[in-house]
Amino acid sequence: MTTAPDLSAPAVEARNLHKRFGDFVAVNDLSFTIGAGEVYGLLGANGAGKTTTISMLLDLVTPTSGQVRVLGHQYPKGRQEILSQVNFSSTYVSLPLRLTVWENMRVFAALYGVPNPKQRILELLERFEIVETLKKPVGDLSSGQKTRVYLAKALLNRPKVLFLDEPTASLDPDMADKTRQVIREIQKEYGTAVLITSHNMAEMESLCQRILFIARGKKLMEGTPKQIVDHYGRSNLEEVFIQVARDQGGAGA
Amino acid sequence: MMMQRIYGLTLRYIYLYRGSLPRMLEQLYWPVMDLLVWGFVTIYLRQFEGQLPNFLAYFLGGLVLWDILFRSQVGVSVAYLEEVWSRNLLNLFVSPLRPIELIAAAMTFSVARVAFTASVSVSIAWLAYDFNTFIMGTWLAAFVGALIVMGWGMGIVISALIMRFGQGAESLAWGLIFLIQPVAAVFYPVSVLPEPLQLVAWMIPASHVFEGMRQVLNGGPSPTEHLAWAFGLGAVYFAAGLTFFYAILREAKRAGRLLRVGE
Repeated sequence: MTTAPDLSAPAVEARNLHKRFGDFVAVNDLSFTIGAGEVYGLLGANGAGKTTTISMLLDLVTPTSGQVRVLGHQYPKGRQEILSQVNFSSTYVSLPLRLTVWENMRVFAALYGVPNPKQRILELLERFEIVETLKKPVGDLSSGQKTRVYLAKALLNRPKVLFLDEPTASLDPDMADKTRQVIREIQKEYGTAVLITSHNMAEMESLCQRILFIARGKKLMEGTPKQIVDHYGRSNLEEVFIQVARDQGGAGA
Repeated sequence: MMMQRIYGLTLRYIYLYRGSLPRMLEQLYWPVMDLLVWGFVTIYLRQFEGQLPNFLAYFLGGLVLWDILFRSQVGVSVAYLEEVWSRNLLNLFVSPLRPIELIAAAMTFSVARVAFTASVSVSIAWLAYDFNTFIMGTWLAAFVGALIVMGWGMGIVISALIMRFGQGAESLAWGLIFLIQPVAAVFYPVSVLPEPLQLVAWMIPASHVFEGMRQVLNGGPSPTEHLAWAFGLGAVYFAAGLTFFYAILREAKRAGRLLRVGE
């Protein structure tokens, strides 16, 4: 992925974002811009501030100071405009386990106002090769199947911005590769901007046009994967990650 | 407010309850147990009916209406708790669903719960104890309406407290309402309370409903004044509950509490 992102009409803009919980500074003066249709990686060790940053972009956490603009709108006034065109999936955020895949998807299709929900749901389940799970409770699925259901839910509304928190964490290599392929496809089909976090460095290198490296809530470096690797004089992103984490003294919990 | 989103979330509760026998049985268990235990007590006390005219009607009427208030409040709180238990709140809060729509869906769910359990308790009162709840006529609908509004207000406050203090506060969903029962004049008139508590009682919408109910069962004057107070106070508490919920939500976003839901 070497195409330069179009930043003239950014999908996401964060300016001088700062979040403090008591004495702890989780995010420290962070600024970045994600272009329309860009796949943008957010990298950092555990506790670096990735979750807090994504949460501020989704209005789950209010910044102490700074500005968030998504698709040209700001919270709280533009909440509806933003959240109807955005979606989110995390391996660590479950859907109701007692409800079947169909029931879950039907509920979220209604929440997002998806037209022809049945057709859309089947299309997505086929894409992720999980049509056979339609009538099964989510709690009965394997972790890989669950992850794919979460991803299918995140694509229901053909989002213009997609936040993916470790989307392939529990997938086998084959399904992880297919999922990366789907992310590339939806980026092309819908022009979706994707903000992705992952601890799979090879995945980040292959998917992301640009990467933002953070540590202790602060920006360390932003650039293409190649620029970052070259800057640190390493041969790949994994080596950079290890060096940064050790330089930061284990950067957080 | 977007009806489709409220429908979507209501659908979630229908799916959940349709597929869960324990949840359906829980709807029946307490109203049936209450009516069985207290119904037999009233049958025993019927022999003193000369000294306590209308006692049976007061007691069973109070029991049925109290259960409506209780179910209305629990319906709202449990709808919120279901999202906490399933760790689904994050998915809802990052969707276009507005907080007011989340509450509206919970209120819709609570009405369904009330309709279900009330039909059971009204039937038991009639079949087992020959007490016809509909003897209250059209006033019954007004009493039920006022109690449902009060239950919603309490349910919203309890949901906010669960958001603030976490899942450890879930017992409030079943217990907090009993704090007001002694002063809500459910089984005895406000006049038996000590004077300072009477002032408290008159600030509770349910007290006006139960006083109104006794007035109707006695064949007394129409309970319009009591109902006006019940609906007026209920509306004030409902609005206060909503304000409280929004304030707690704002504070939860500031403190990052939404990320730790379920703890």
